[in-house]
Amino acid sequence: MSSAITVEKLIKQYKDVCAVDNVSFEVETGHCFGLLGPNGAGKTTTIEIMEGIISPSSGQVLYQGKKVDRNTAQTIGIQFQHTALQDFLTVKETLNLFASFYQRTIEQEELISLCDLSDFLNRDNRLLSGGQRQRLLLALALINDPQIIFLDEPTTGLDPHARRNFWQLIKNIKAQNKTIVLTTHYMDEAEQLCDDIVIMEQGKIIESGTPHQLLNKHFEEVFIYLPSEQVKQHLVTEQAWKVLNDRVEIKSKNVEHTLSLLMKNEVSLNGLHVKSANLDDLFLKLTGHSLQA
Amino acid sequence: MNFKRFFAVFKARSIEFFRDRSSLGWNLFFPVLLLVGFSFIFSGDGRSAYKVGVLTTTGNQSITLDQKAFSQLRYVDFIDYVDLEKAKAKLSRHSIDLLIDYDSQRYWVNEQSSKSYLIEKLFLGQQLGQQPDQHLALQSQENQRVTKELVSTTYTRLQSSGESIRYVDWVLPGILGMNMMFSCLFGVGYVIVRYRKNSVLKRLKATPLTAFEFVSAQLLSRLFIVMFMSTVVYSGCNVFFDFFMLGSYFDLIVIGALGAFCLISLGLLVASRSKSEELIGGLLNLTSWPMMMLSGVWFSLEGAPQALKIVADFLPLTHLVSGARAVITEGASLADISYHVNVLLIMSGVFLSLGAYLFSWNAER
Repeated sequence: MSSAITVEKLIKQYKDVCAVDNVSFEVETGHCFGLLGPNGAGKTTTIEIMEGIISPSSGQVLYQGKKVDRNTAQTIGIQFQHTALQDFLTVKETLNLFASFYQRTIEQEELISLCDLSDFLNRDNRLLSGGQRQRLLLALALINDPQIIFLDEPTTGLDPHARRNFWQLIKNIKAQNKTIVLTTHYMDEAEQLCDDIVIMEQGKIIESGTPHQLLNKHFEEVFIYLPSEQVKQHLVTEQAWKVLNDRVEIKSKNVEHTLSLLMKNEVSLNGLHVKSANLDDLFLKLTGHSLQA
Repeated sequence: MNFKRFFAVFKARSIEFFRDRSSLGWNLFFPVLLLVGFSFIFSGDGRSAYKVGVLTTTGNQSITLDQKAFSQLRYVDFIDYVDLEKAKAKLSRHSIDLLIDYDSQRYWVNEQSSKSYLIEKLFLGQQLGQQPDQHLALQSQENQRVTKELVSTTYTRLQSSGESIRYVDWVLPGILGMNMMFSCLFGVGYVIVRYRKNSVLKRLKATPLTAFEFVSAQLLSRLFIVMFMSTVVYSGCNVFFDFFMLGSYFDLIVIGALGAFCLISLGLLVASRSKSEELIGGLLNLTSWPMMMLSGVWFSLEGAPQALKIVADFLPLTHLVSGARAVITEGASLADISYHVNVLLIMSGVFLSLGAYLFSWNAER
């Protein structure tokens, strides 16, 4: 599979802060690529350099082997983290305004249907809800039928229902074999949508790969949770299990063996919960703190 | 009200203000600048209340007692003229309030001007003060008609030649020009900074739209709005005031559009980089206040200190107002006001070039 985007030794130095510190990676065509990290990790700076919005202190970004130029804007779609829309324009007028910037555009009816805009097409931008606004911003990112789409924390601030609706929209776009670059600090979002991820902290990449590869690499065990009052203290101490508030966390490489041990010690299995390691656990393991902290 | 939240917001806002050095600097600098400016403009005896033209056609510099007494009146500016016709035109156009020819013992008044009426009374009173017997006689009769007759034995009273205009006709180009100035500067400058601050410009930068296209669209859109609004205001008011108009409306539109173009370019230049609405508000005030005070909007700069006239010459509104006023009150053609046209063209070129060079979609950290 060919690379849609190649990022080489990217550095962005502000006066006394190195926002991006020697970052390199490749984004495969047709993949959803996730840039993960907490606030201030350098995700937005990296993505804005890739978009050509800001220039790097050093390093380069190549689109199918070519450097970013003015024409790149015709072929990519961008949804920024924070964007105000012009006041006093309706959704339809905003679509028309942005459509006029591009040589090639998607059919407006198709776009309205894809992003589910029909219910508020004639509403003033200022009166849109968070979810409606994000759908409009996604529509603006797709208006030129781009092959590469950048989504910078697209679901931040949305309620769970709106987030899940938005994920479905992104899955629909992915199904069209478009390349998506997504930044997020929601691990469930990355797990749902991303084929490849890099994890950033303090401007550096600290891990990269597919979510499955990374979890297999870093976690051989699953997590078993039990209410702490059901587990005898001597057993906790003996097995070096962790007590988290009112639960006991048991890391197990063999669930069958662990359950046998619990039953042998006459521990009630009421309220038992088994969970595989997720990306948040991975981030916690890599950095010592939770990603959403 | 939750005072904890209130105080947290109050504190955060105060910290933001004090850490924004440009805004803080501006808030300190502007009042000082105003104080310095006003002390310069209104230095000496204070602002003159009246402007009196003195015709010196013979070059005779000797002055009589009555001339000396009158010329020592406070709050009256005396401006020398050699050309009688030019001086009479200034009187007709409210640039001066009274014209005196001491050599020929005559003076001119503008019957349309209240200031002309009042300064004539001062002049006549001063003349009577130099003629004690007649003055006593006047006091007993207290008759204005007799006053004029008495003084007319020494000075001939004449009215300004040509069609006199009302003050409203004289001040019209100034008020329209000032309105255009605010619309051009704040309508473009402030909006661009707001767009930059809330990332509208950043979103536009991510499209194929070029800075030139964006700036041009802003410029022309504002030019259209300003010209349309000014035309509506002029036409509407004309129904009630029946404005004086000696020149051509085409020439008036050309000088108006040129002036608006220049002011919009200035607005673009001022807003070319900043992200701070507070700073831009200050900068736009810094740009607009001197124009409001020194561009001849409210009063003629005739008789103003030379230094002030030089400063005024660097302000686009001066050329817009002077050009438009010449077209309206003197019937000047574009050729007659070519100086103002050329200055506005040069200023527009400079402002636009600098603004385009300095323009930033989103000022980086």
